[in-house]
Amino acid sequence: MSIEHRDDTGARFGMWLFLYTEVILFSGLFLLYAMALSKFPDQFSVGSHRLNIYFGTINTLVLLTSSLTIAMAVTAIQRGRIKLTLGLCAATVGMGIVFLINKYFEWSAEIEHGIYPGSHHLAEQGSGVAAFFNLYFFTLGLHGLHVLIGGTLITVVAVLTAKGKVTSERYTLLENSALYWHLVDLIWIFLFPLYYLII
Amino acid sequence: MSEHQHETEHQHEPVPFSTFVKVWVGLLILTTITVIVSRIHLGALNVWVALGIASLKSSLVIFFFMHLRQEMRLFKIGLLVMLCILAIFIGFTFLDVLYR
Repeated sequence: MSIEHRDDTGARFGMWLFLYTEVILFSGLFLLYAMALSKFPDQFSVGSHRLNIYFGTINTLVLLTSSLTIAMAVTAIQRGRIKLTLGLCAATVGMGIVFLINKYFEWSAEIEHGIYPGSHHLAEQGSGVAAFFNLYFFTLGLHGLHVLIGGTLITVVAVLTAKGKVTSERYTLLENSALYWHLVDLIWIFLFPLYYLII
Repeated sequence: MSEHQHETEHQHEPVPFSTFVKVWVGLLILTTITVIVSRIHLGALNVWVALGIASLKSSLVIFFFMHLRQEMRLFKIGLLVMLCILAIFIGFTFLDVLYR
């Protein structure tokens, strides 16, 4: 009998530590936002008003629901229901794709209206509005990249689950990918009111 | 026996779907509240209400969806340490900027 060395709790704790560094990364951007907001409160409100609140709200609902499905996927694998796990992973990745498609339409419309980093249109509106949109494109772009990475991760884990490498006995990979996905959701929970809902 | 021990050591009890659905409904309600409150003009208070609701939503996600409730104490201490570091570096930056 071969002795297997594995430490699921350790693997999960490692993931949590990594997620803390992600939070620190985003909180640097949050700090920049806070400083710029206290410097240009009125211009930030002008910038926020130009964002489409419908896109923001729909994407919030999509991400919250995708967090629900991936959390349910962990329960499903724990109960050994492989097909259900795969379905829930697919639903999560699908909603991630919907999120990114929304983002594509949202950003296309904004770029068409001359709203993009370094545009003349923004330069004319004053440095506060330009600062708002620079931060908006950078922070939400970085968040979008995380959605892409999380979706890829879940796809890979779903393939491993289908191949029988992730099972009800051994599912740390799925748990850790789910943790990553929840972090993406968590960051959006803060970004949404700060960028879309400032009066 | 050893198989059973292994399980209790490393794996959590599965959380029922109904718990997750309840948390999700809670998150949707809080999202609606944030959007409605943001349309009411409260001045500087708006940002604080938005951050307060966002913190409430994140704790729901962290404790239920991310299973922190079931994790051992080390995980909770880790979160607390991270939040303290955040508070220090955000707080001190503000002290610098506001009282410069």
